[in-house]
Amino acid sequence: MDNNSKQIRIEHSLFICAVLGLGLFTENTYYLQIMTFIGINTLLALGLNMLMGYAGQVSLGHAAFYGIGAYTTAILSGTYGISPWLALVCAVGCAVFIALVVGLPTLRLSGYYLGMGTLGFGMIVNILFREWSSVTGGASGFVGIPVLEAGPVSFMSGRNYFFLVWGVVFGAILICRRILSSRMGRALRSIHDGENAALAVGVNTHFLKLQIFMFSAALGAIAGFLYAHFVLFISPGSFGFMVSVKMVTMVVIGGMASVWGALLGASLLTLLPEVLHGFAEYEMIIFGLILMVVMIFMPQGLTRGFLDIYEVSRKKRHRGKQT
Amino acid sequence: MKKLTTAVLALALAFLPATGLMAASVYKVGGIFSSTGRASFLGDPEKKTMEMMVEKINASGGIDGHMLEAMIYDSEGDPAKAVSAVNKLIHKDKVLAIIGPSTTPTTLAIVNFVERAQVPLISCAAGVKITSPVKPWVFKTAQSDLLAVAAVYQHIKAAGIKKIGIITVANSFGESGKNQLLNQAKDFGLEVVQAESFGAKDTDTTAQLTKIKSAAPQAIVCWGTNPGPAVVAKNVKQLKIDIPLYQSHGVASPKFIELAGDAAEGIILPTGKILVTGLLDGSDVQKKILESYQADYSAKYKGNVSGFGGYAYDAVNILANALKGTGGDKGKIRDNLEATQNHIGATGEFNFSGKDHNGLSPEAFVMVEIKDGTWKLIK
Amino acid sequence: MQEIIQYLFSGLTTGAIYAVIAVGLSMLYSSTELINFAHGEFVMVGAMAMVTLWVQLALPLPLAMAGTIALGCCLGLLFERFAIRTARNPQPIVLVIITVGASIFLRGVGMILWGKDPFSVPSFSIHESIEILGAALLPQSIWIMVAALALAGGIHFFLKQTLTGKAMVACAVNQKAAWLTGIPSEKMAVLAFAISTGCGAIAGIFIAPITMSSYDMGTILGLKGFCAAMIGGLGSLWGAFAGGILLGVLESLGAGLISSGLKDAIAFILLLLILYIRPGGLFSAKEAKRF
Repeated sequence: MDNNSKQIRIEHSLFICAVLGLGLFTENTYYLQIMTFIGINTLLALGLNMLMGYAGQVSLGHAAFYGIGAYTTAILSGTYGISPWLALVCAVGCAVFIALVVGLPTLRLSGYYLGMGTLGFGMIVNILFREWSSVTGGASGFVGIPVLEAGPVSFMSGRNYFFLVWGVVFGAILICRRILSSRMGRALRSIHDGENAALAVGVNTHFLKLQIFMFSAALGAIAGFLYAHFVLFISPGSFGFMVSVKMVTMVVIGGMASVWGALLGASLLTLLPEVLHGFAEYEMIIFGLILMVVMIFMPQGLTRGFLDIYEVSRKKRHRGKQT
Repeated sequence: MKKLTTAVLALALAFLPATGLMAASVYKVGGIFSSTGRASFLGDPEKKTMEMMVEKINASGGIDGHMLEAMIYDSEGDPAKAVSAVNKLIHKDKVLAIIGPSTTPTTLAIVNFVERAQVPLISCAAGVKITSPVKPWVFKTAQSDLLAVAAVYQHIKAAGIKKIGIITVANSFGESGKNQLLNQAKDFGLEVVQAESFGAKDTDTTAQLTKIKSAAPQAIVCWGTNPGPAVVAKNVKQLKIDIPLYQSHGVASPKFIELAGDAAEGIILPTGKILVTGLLDGSDVQKKILESYQADYSAKYKGNVSGFGGYAYDAVNILANALKGTGGDKGKIRDNLEATQNHIGATGEFNFSGKDHNGLSPEAFVMVEIKDGTWKLIK
Repeated sequence: MQEIIQYLFSGLTTGAIYAVIAVGLSMLYSSTELINFAHGEFVMVGAMAMVTLWVQLALPLPLAMAGTIALGCCLGLLFERFAIRTARNPQPIVLVIITVGASIFLRGVGMILWGKDPFSVPSFSIHESIEILGAALLPQSIWIMVAALALAGGIHFFLKQTLTGKAMVACAVNQKAAWLTGIPSEKMAVLAFAISTGCGAIAGIFIAPITMSSYDMGTILGLKGFCAAMIGGLGSLWGAFAGGILLGVLESLGAGLISSGLKDAIAFILLLLILYIRPGGLFSAKEAKRF
C-alpha cells in the first residue's frame, strides 16, 4: 500500500515536471497547440476509459457529450453573452443530465446492444446539431465563440491555453485515481470482472454504471468546452460518428483500465495524423492498418503490450542466467 | 596562368554570396485543401492547380527573383484538421500567405488563427459568411452563393414564374444556399411554397420531391454538390414532375451530366465561364485566361479544368501579383491584395476593396442549360 | 392519399437497399456472433467493382456480376484469415475495433483505386419507372427486393437443409461441441465470412444503379443496414429483410409527413426504441439470438 502510493506520487511528479517543462520551454506555437489538442483528447479518453476499462461498458456515441459541452458553451457565451465560466457549469450539468436520462434505459442493455444504443444516441445528437440551425448555426457551424478570460489573464495565447488544459487534465487524473482507490473503484472492478458475481455480493451495478456514465459525460463536456474556446468555431462534423470511433480507439490502443493508457492513446492518435501528413492519399489506409495490427497483436492496448514484451524478455534473460 | 585562375576564383567567390542570397530567400506560400474526404472534388483540382501555377511561376523566374515554395496540407474537409494545418503553416513553416481552404466550415475554423497571426488568407470556399463582415486578413476567390442565387432568381423571374419549391443538401453548401434562397425570394417577387432537405449520400429523394410536388410550385430549385443533385434530377424524371428544374453552381461540372444521364436534359444552372470556354464570344475578357488555364492543366494532368480549380488559379495569380515589391512583408501583401483591381481571372473579374474582399460581381456568372448532354449558353 | 402511396413506394426502394445489406450482416452474426462494422465497405466494393467491370471494361452483365461476387468472397476470406483469426484476444470490443479498422482501410483502398468521384451505373432493365396507382416505382427496386429475398431464402435453405449449413449452425451454437463431433470450426468461420461478404458484394451490385457509387458510400449504408438488422432481430434472416423494408418505409413516411431534415434520425430513433422495448428485434423471441 505504501509502495503503491509512493509510486503514484512519483508518477504525478514526473507528469507535472513534464507539463511544466514542455509548457515553459517550447517556443514554437505549433507544437504548443498540438500538445493542447493532446490534452483535450486525453480528457475525452480518460472519461471513456473509466467507462470502458473499469465499468466494462462500450460507448460508441461519446462524441455526443463532447459536442454537447461545446455547443452549450458556444450558445450560452456566444449568442447570449453569458460568462463562459458559468456556461461551463451549464455545459457539464447539461451533459450529466442527458447522460442520466439516456443511461437509465440504455445501461440495462449489454454487450453489442449497449454499443448500438450509444451509437444511435450519438447519431441522433449529431443530427440535432445539424438540423437545429437557428440555435446551433447548422451544418455551416457556429461562429463567434468568445475567448476565455479570468481577470487579467486572457486564455488566448498558446502557452496560457496549454497550461489551462493540462491543469484540467491533471485534476481529472487525480479525481479518477481517487475514485479508483475508493470503495466505488473496488465495486467498479468487481463489475468488470464479473457482473453477476458483483450483483450476488450486493453491488448496485446499475446505479454504479450510471454514475460512471455521468462522470465520463462530464469529462467529455469539459473537453468540449475547452475545444470550443480554443478554436472559437465549432461545426457538427467535429462531433460525428468517426470522432466517437476515434475516442474508443484512443482508449483501446492506449490500454483500457489504465489512466496513463488514456494519455498514451490520446497522444498517439493526435500525433499520428500529423506524422502521416506526408502520406496524404495513403493516410486512411495506414491508419486502418495500424488500428487492425495493434488490435490483433496487442489487444490489451499498447501499455500492456509493451509491458508484456518487457516481462517476456526479462524472463528470458533470467532463465538464460540461471542455466 | 596563375593570374587567370586567381581571376576565375575571384569571380566565383564574388558570385557565391549572391547565389547564396537568392537561394535563401524563398517565398513560402501555404495551401490547405480538402484533397481527400467529402469535399475532395473541390480540394483535388485546387491542389493540383496551385502546384501547377507555382511551378509555372518559378519556371519564369519567380516573383522579383524569389522562388515560390508551396506547402500544401490536406484538411480532409475536417475543421479540426484545418486548424492543425493552419497552425503548422503559420508557426512551423512560417508562410507568407495561405490559399484555401476549400469549404466554408474549414475556412471559418481557421479565420481566427490567421487574423491573430496576421497572415493573409485567400479562401476558395463559397460561404458568404467568410467575407461578410469583412475581416482584414481574409479574402476569397470563389463566387459567393449570394450572387449565385441572385443569378438563378433573375432567370426564374424573367420566365414569369412566381412559386417555387426548393430542395437542398444538408451540408454547409446546401444550407447556405437555402438561406440565400429563402432570404432573396421576396426581392424577386417569388414565393417559396415548400422547402425540403436531403442527406449528401441519400439514395432516394422521391419522398421530399413528392411533398414539393403536392405544394404545386412552378419550378424547383435544387442546391447541392454531386452526387445528391444528380439523384434529385433522376427522381424528378421518375416522378414525371414536368416543371423546370434549376440547379446550383455546385454541379457545374461534366461529372453531373455523367451522373444524371438523360435526366440532366433541360436543367438550368448558373456557372462560372470556365465551364463553357469554347462557347464564349471572342470578345469576352476572360476567354484568353480560361483557354490558357485549360491548356496548362490538361498538358500537366490530362484532364479537364473545373470551376473549383479555377478558384485556386485565381488565388495564386492574385497572390503572385500582390507579392511583387513587398519583399515578404505580410502587411504589404495584405494591402496589395486589398488594392487589387481589374484582375481578370478564371472565375471572373476581381475588384477588391476595403469593403469587399470577394471582389466579384454578377457578371461572374453565366446561365447555362443542359441540351443533348452538353452545355448551352442562355441569356 | 396519392402522396402516401408514393411515400410507400419510395420507402420500398430504400427499404430494399437496407434489406439486402442487412441480410448479409445478420447472416454473419448468426454464424459467428460477430458484428462486422466493415460490411458497408464490402457493399461499396461490390458497387465499385461493377463500375469497373460492367461500365468501364464493358464485360457482359453475368460475367461482371460473377467477378464482383468472387472478389467479395475472396476479400472476406482474406479478412477472416488475417484479421479475425489471428486476433490474440477475441473479445467483442477488440473484434469490433478490428472491423472498424478494416472499414477505414477498405475505404482508403477504395479511394486510391477508384478515385474520389462518384460513378453512375445503368439499370439492369428498363430505365423508366413503372406507374402503379398513380405513383412511380423504379424497376430496379424490384430487382433489389428479388435479390434480397433470394439471398435470405438461399441462405436459409443452406443453413437448414444442407450438411455444411447445419454444421455452420452447430458451430455457432456451441463451438466446442461442434468441434468434438468433427466439424472443422475454422473452415466454418472462413465460409461464414466469405458468404457474408459475398452477400455484401451482391448487395452492392444491385443497388449501384440506384445509388451514386463512390468510395465513401459504405459508411452510412452500413450503419442503416445495421439498424435494419437490429430492428428485425440480429441473426434472423427474414427479420433482417423485414427490418430493412420497415426502416425504409418509415423513413420515407417520416420525411414526407413530418420533416425531411430528421430523416436520418428516424433510423436511429427506431433503433433505440427497439433496443429498449424489444432488444431481440421484432421478429424473434424476446431474448432470442438466432434465426
